[in-house]
Amino acid sequence: MHNTSYIIRFVLIMTTIVAVVLSLMSTGLKPIHDRNEAIYNKKAILSAVADHLGADFESMSDDQVIEIFNNQITQTVVDMEGAKMDEQTMVSMGFKDGQAESIDMGKEMKKPEADRLLPMYVYQNGGKKFYIVNVRGKGLWDEIWGCIALEDDLNTIAGVAFDHKGETPGLGAEIKDNIAWKNQFVGKKLFAEDGTYKSVFVRKGGAKDAVHEVDGISGATITADGVTEMMKRGMAYYQPYMETLKK
Amino acid sequence: MAEVKVAEKKEAAFQFGKNEKKLLVDPLNNDNPVTVQVLGICSALAVTTLMNKALVMAIAVTAVLALSNLITSLLRNGIPKQVRMIVQLVIIAALVTVVELALKALDYNIYKELSVFIGLIITNCIIMGRLEAFAMANSPWRAFLDGIGNGLGYGIILIIVAFIRELFGKGTVFGLKIIGATPDYLINTTESWMFGWYENNNLMVLFPSAMFVIGVLIWVHRGIINKSLVDVS
Repeated sequence: MHNTSYIIRFVLIMTTIVAVVLSLMSTGLKPIHDRNEAIYNKKAILSAVADHLGADFESMSDDQVIEIFNNQITQTVVDMEGAKMDEQTMVSMGFKDGQAESIDMGKEMKKPEADRLLPMYVYQNGGKKFYIVNVRGKGLWDEIWGCIALEDDLNTIAGVAFDHKGETPGLGAEIKDNIAWKNQFVGKKLFAEDGTYKSVFVRKGGAKDAVHEVDGISGATITADGVTEMMKRGMAYYQPYMETLKK
Repeated sequence: MAEVKVAEKKEAAFQFGKNEKKLLVDPLNNDNPVTVQVLGICSALAVTTLMNKALVMAIAVTAVLALSNLITSLLRNGIPKQVRMIVQLVIIAALVTVVELALKALDYNIYKELSVFIGLIITNCIIMGRLEAFAMANSPWRAFLDGIGNGLGYGIILIIVAFIRELFGKGTVFGLKIIGATPDYLINTTESWMFGWYENNNLMVLFPSAMFVIGVLIWVHRGIINKSLVDVS
């Protein structure tokens, strides 16, 4: 049997060693982690315009992603009233480099509605221009979010990419994995002919309106309703700024 | 005299004889942690939807198990008996964090897909079980081999379950498209005269299917592959 002071010494020394090793490793790998995370986020944004990149998105290397981001994408940050935020104000508010990328939508959604900041990415390829915006909402188990690409009429959807924190694989997770389902969004319109805001509705049992509805996912009604709600609310946030763009 | 004795002991420490081979091979069949001891079932349900996830998980668990067995065995005479479980837990948790940090740097996509399950290796009962039952009472070399053996025994079941679930659930193996309803699959069910009736089974993607698959595996293992596991007396 060991005595108490031995136990205390043993535990103290051991936890100190473990703490030092882990913190050294964590700080040492931080630059690589940050780079990986940045590329992961960039890829998520680009996946909304995957069909318009002129290259195979799946096999794209990290450097290609960064190159597209540096050369073909303009980042803008807008507030809920539709005003553009400039970089200095962003930096003074605590965003690292003042770019749209430094916005964490999860944190923005926790702020009061009027204070939220919205990132926007304008992607240009040849003569075509796409506006990529972020939306975030709730699925069945946890948060869901997505990047929505609009064509330059700011009405027609050019592509979507959804992701989720904990939806069920094979059911709710289909919003991310099912390419055929996501492709239904392409060509759908946010506004009706008469200019009223309609957004895109995920209809259980099959789409009834060819312009504003997509089919639901069987077994994932609540996640699909989450997508509907997220689209309706999330896209509406951008409308004040888009109004100014249209003029 | 003393020197000779030390040299002898060292040689004995790294020998690879019948007993050592048994440590590696036994967990694959006679003493499989999943199908015989029925441990580590929770993670076998969670990470077996895709084969690459299962493979990464198998490698991670094997690495953590082998190293924690080794470290625990090295410290076994110094670890105070009163706090041994906590000490074991600290060793496991530290190694899991190392694996998590390494994976985050090596393959961020897989890291994102496995998400919480890497962290949950800490609670994998196989690891705690081996530390307590084996590493605390055996030499480092033997404990290390035992860790590798049990990690592989767990991994092989994970891979088999993932193979079945991915092939019949999504029609793919390691992401390679094998059977499905579009032309980019190897066997296109819409055109093939033989597989026109076939459709990928969504149930296989869901968690309950892992239960069925593991259950059937246990049955096959005991009933066909290794009948000596069944106690007929």
